[in-house]
Amino acid sequence: MTGVTTSSDRLQRLLALVPYVVSRKIVGLSETAAAFGVSERQLVDDLNMLWCVELRAPDPYCPIDLSYEGGEIVVSQAESMERPLRLGVDEASALLVALRMLGEVGQVAPGLAEGSALSRTIAKLEAAAGAAGAPAAQVAVQVDRNAEQSVAAQLREALASGRRVHLSYYVPGRDEATERDVDPMRLLVVEGRTYLEGWCRRAEDVRLFRLDRVLGVQVLTVAAEVPQEAESVDVDQGLFRPSPNDLRVVIELSPYGRWVAEYYPCEEVTDLGEGRLRVVLRTPDGEWVRRLALRLGEDGRLVEPAELAAGVRKEAAAALAQYGSGAAGGGSEASDGSPPTAGMVS
Amino acid sequence: MSRRKTERLLSLVVCLLSSQRYLTATQIRAAVPGYPDSFDAFKRMFERDKEELRELGIPLDMGTNGPLDDELGYRIPRQEYVLPDIRLEPDEAAMLALAARVWRRAELAGAAAGALLKLRAAGVEAEETSQPGIEPRLTGEALFGPLWEAVRDRRPVTFTYRALGRSELQRRRLEPWGVVNRHGRWYVAGHDQARDAVRVFRLSRIEGRVEFSGPRGAVTVPEGTDVRELVREWDSHPAEQQTAVLKIRAGTGFGLRRRATREEPGSDGWDLVDVPFSDAGWFAEHIASFGADVVVSEPADLRDAVITRLKGVLA
Repeated sequence: MTGVTTSSDRLQRLLALVPYVVSRKIVGLSETAAAFGVSERQLVDDLNMLWCVELRAPDPYCPIDLSYEGGEIVVSQAESMERPLRLGVDEASALLVALRMLGEVGQVAPGLAEGSALSRTIAKLEAAAGAAGAPAAQVAVQVDRNAEQSVAAQLREALASGRRVHLSYYVPGRDEATERDVDPMRLLVVEGRTYLEGWCRRAEDVRLFRLDRVLGVQVLTVAAEVPQEAESVDVDQGLFRPSPNDLRVVIELSPYGRWVAEYYPCEEVTDLGEGRLRVVLRTPDGEWVRRLALRLGEDGRLVEPAELAAGVRKEAAAALAQYGSGAAGGGSEASDGSPPTAGMVS
Repeated sequence: MSRRKTERLLSLVVCLLSSQRYLTATQIRAAVPGYPDSFDAFKRMFERDKEELRELGIPLDMGTNGPLDDELGYRIPRQEYVLPDIRLEPDEAAMLALAARVWRRAELAGAAAGALLKLRAAGVEAEETSQPGIEPRLTGEALFGPLWEAVRDRRPVTFTYRALGRSELQRRRLEPWGVVNRHGRWYVAGHDQARDAVRVFRLSRIEGRVEFSGPRGAVTVPEGTDVRELVREWDSHPAEQQTAVLKIRAGTGFGLRRRATREEPGSDGWDLVDVPFSDAGWFAEHIASFGADVVVSEPADLRDAVITRLKGVLA
């Protein structure tokens, strides 16, 4: 990748430093160090290096003059360095793709709802990037919009007005609708899905709620009270955090069952040959495992935990019994002859 | 990069940027401190330095100062070097700061940070002060890097692919047109050279490395291509809707009842529920996941598919 590589980091920073100060006329050392993500000591070293630039011919001269006395940086002479370098293709693309993605999620975001600030930003950035912005059109992001529009609108309203909501929320692992009051904190869009992050008053903890599983929302008249100890999920660490108390689940997957390894974070994935995989997952939820194994059928054999595997077989036998003798026999001569089904995505 | 090299490159940029005229290698050597005395050693180092500058995106022009001038010289054209003026309102700058965070877990994180640095240097105050109430993140994917590079530079690629449900691997040669993240998953769309047709591949199903198999600029994306639409079509299920008639044990099967168009309580502890569906394969798996709480009455092919699933558990 031609992003910012460590070896060229410093030169890029040096080229940006002079214009950064020039465009602000005078700026504090500590503030500048923070903006560039370096220590003050490193920043002073950078400033010294810029100040020391000397061209020897035709006549020797120092093109850059600056001072940082009293913790304030001033550039008194910058020659041709007072403007930053153009955006590269990767740089322009990173921001343009991200901004267009914000447009995708705009319908659920309170601050993005009006959209005008976003489209103004995109237009200005496109103009500034020029030709470097063109390849960004070849990268697109589509966010899942399965959630009810009204759910998103109500949550947006609750967030904007700082009010508590009552949620009817579907928990697929247990196949039940739960009722709870939640103090909304923010919306997250991670792995293509939208979540409400909030203080769940039933669990007395921070919880994430997938918007497409919200069955109903009521915005209450009560003000939201997110306690001091409520800690936002660090989205940069991923949403799934296994705990040592979780079940260790081992499944052997057929080529059709491989989607499991793509959809769920696996602790281990072993190639068994011929497209088959053995995966190890962690989950606190045995019911979820049971449902997954039933869904997978012959495309996934639950190996561990053994008690769960036995339960799954018992359940499948009971289900088959309800289809009458033709189905319950369990013989290899299936009455249907229907083709094997594909996974969730072809 | 050593300190001496950084100093030399910095001086080189300032030197070439401040000169209106093309400077010959000899003039550059005289002006910029830090080059070796031997002319050959200087030439080699200067070649490497030029390459470094190009990699940083610094435009380097070659030419002569007039028809009588026979030695090639260098300069950095100011017009092409500088970022055009950009002024953002506070709400726009907040959008930009938010956008720069989108890649934090993904491959262009460094590029986004670099862009923000330059925009700040242009006077944009993109601080993370405003809280827009939403945090969007793109999913990281190791193969995004090489495929984005291929798309950007219009280079064909070769990779090994395992389609879902296939036990064997296939070697694919692709002219990539675009990379798309759909519902959190990355895809590449383009022209499959062997099949001479448009194909979409999921990055997570590529095994091993992606290799460039042609020069830069070798790929032409047909005009009007909408890569996003290509991936959407590929990922969408057949739209034809059918209705399943299900028997669901009272008090269970909530996930199915959510989508019901009719619910009739039965007297025997089972309710009759109509649920629309379009993809029979997926729906059969979904029904199987409810085990003995759901029985399919109609249609017959759905019923058979569920029976096959359940038998598969016992196989």
